Amino acid sequence: MDKFRMIFQFFQSNQESFMNGICGIMALASTQMYSAFDFNCPCLPRYNLAYGLGILLVPPFILFLLGFVLNNNISMLAEEWRRPQGQRGKDPAVLRYMFCSMAQRAMIAPAVWVSVTLLDGKCITCAFCTSVPVETLGNASHPHLSQGEIQRVLARIPCKEIYNGEQLIANEVAIRYLRCISQALGWCFVLLMTTLAFLVRSLRPCFSQAAFLKSRYWSHYIDIERKLFDETCAEHARSFAKVCIQQFFEGMSTDLVAARCHLPRKAPADAEEAAKKLLGITDRGTMNMALKSWHRCKPPLHLHPPALPTGNGWAGEGQPPMQPSAPRRETAAYYSWV
Amino acid sequence: MDRFRMIFQYFQSNSESVMNGICGLLALASVKMYTSFDFSCPCLPQYNMAYGLGIMFVPPVILFLCGLILNRQSLMMLEEWRRPQGRRKKDLAVIRYMCSSIMQRAMVAPVVWIIVTLLDGKCLICAFSGSMDPEKFVGFANVSTAQQLLAKVPCKDDELMMNNTSRKAVSRYLRCWSQALGWSILLILIIAAFLARWLRPCFNQATLLQARHWSNYIDIEQKIFEETCCEHSRLFAHKCILHFFESMRQEIKLHSCSLPGEGEGAAGEEHFLWGITDQDQVNKLLKTWYYEKPPLDVS
Repeated sequence: MDKFRMIFQFFQSNQESFMNGICGIMALASTQMYSAFDFNCPCLPRYNLAYGLGILLVPPFILFLLGFVLNNNISMLAEEWRRPQGQRGKDPAVLRYMFCSMAQRAMIAPAVWVSVTLLDGKCITCAFCTSVPVETLGNASHPHLSQGEIQRVLARIPCKEIYNGEQLIANEVAIRYLRCISQALGWCFVLLMTTLAFLVRSLRPCFSQAAFLKSRYWSHYIDIERKLFDETCAEHARSFAKVCIQQFFEGMSTDLVAARCHLPRKAPADAEEAAKKLLGITDRGTMNMALKSWHRCKPPLHLHPPALPTGNGWAGEGQPPMQPSAPRRETAAYYSWV
Repeated sequence: MDRFRMIFQYFQSNSESVMNGICGLLALASVKMYTSFDFSCPCLPQYNMAYGLGIMFVPPVILFLCGLILNRQSLMMLEEWRRPQGRRKKDLAVIRYMCSSIMQRAMVAPVVWIIVTLLDGKCLICAFSGSMDPEKFVGFANVSTAQQLLAKVPCKDDELMMNNTSRKAVSRYLRCWSQALGWSILLILIIAAFLARWLRPCFNQATLLQARHWSNYIDIEQKIFEETCCEHSRLFAHKCILHFFESMRQEIKLHSCSLPGEGEGAAGEEHFLWGITDQDQVNKLLKTWYYEKPPLDVS
């Protein structure tokens, strides 16, 4: 019992730290993905905006969904949400708590991607290079260029090798300007996210602490109950399989005995243990037949009660006198503070 | 009992060392953030000051908030502050102690950022190059576009600024001021920390010991409460599932007219079978578990 308790406490504390760990790993993975990604601005007037904003916004969405997928508790939430009410009422506060804690963790990696992208500056430079204020930064009075031409020239700002608008506006000046705006946006975004996180965390004890404690308890309870149920079912399946296979072998040996009309001698006491383990199969031909029968015709998923003792003494050992099964008594002590 | 004592000591020492560890990690993270951040002064008259001072002061605010968020004790302090009095009086000295220790730890990473920024010098050069007096520097004196040129001083690669000795003069001057400021701030802070730690025992030592004891107590109490709730929910779940399986067994006994041949079979496996011995019964059990979870009542 002690061992189970230790394992469960490990899981309990570990589930949260496990989830936090996955969250941190995903944040690191998102910075790594960004640095490994080969950003390649198209340098064409209409495509720049689409490409830049796409790289800024689509990967965060993917990372957000991935955060939900990698979270084990999503199936628990879905199950609790969709189950019929039955004899146990449903508490929407618990569902909200579970959803909020999962969403908060899933938001971290996308926020990291957006911050890193903005602080780096390439995306915004690519997306908004056609909106650079040429009047203030450059030479707007440059003649002989239509609006479309100007747009095309400005769109090449991120691609230094093919930029041909030095008379219009210097490449360095434009890139520095755009990068400054991008980094300012990036820092403001990070400040906003951090402030939101701080407010969410610090306002909670002021308003709904009791409800929070309740939701947290019951959400942990649901998790533990599910795990315990799976464990109990696994134990049941193990016992079921053991009895089923034992009955299969017993059935086989009964058939053999019937077929051969061979009354086995009662084995001496010390060899009885080994004989029991052999399950009545003592030669190659019988074993082969047992294996073939197992493959061709598996026994039904139905355990019959152990047979009454018969004359040949093979169908199990001597049965204890039949008793009605007493109701099991559990004497686990537990605190009833809740 | 021994085990509990070990666990208590672990929590006791661990809480403070965990917080110190987080504080140190944040400080390292702030240095790493500064080195990996690609500082890029806009070199335009109106934008330089905003950018330079922004980079110097906005990340420290972010780091300060992060230090508060990551510190478990800040949540505990808020809970203690906002809880209804009930049957336990509130001690303001404890709350003040917790607040001051949280603030001290949260201030480390922002201060590290500011000092690293000042010692490096780029921020101040960017922010204040436009405010320099052009007359002091040979290359900018009596030039009509002095302001524009001064604004471009932080950008070494600008075509106008390359190989411009006056640019280097301005840059050196500002960097010198920046580093002097950085070292002075560091010196003042270290002296203040030193005095605070040495002079503290002279004032209110008894109150301090009490406040520290009770703040540790609140921390440990919270952890033990959570642990006990976990254990309780585990036992509750265990009982609930046992009741469920037992009720399934009763139902099966009622419905099937089986012989009372359920004695002790197959080496005690009967105990785990719960009288559920065929596929349909197992399916029924699983279906009932989903459609009709047992009530949360194990009396």
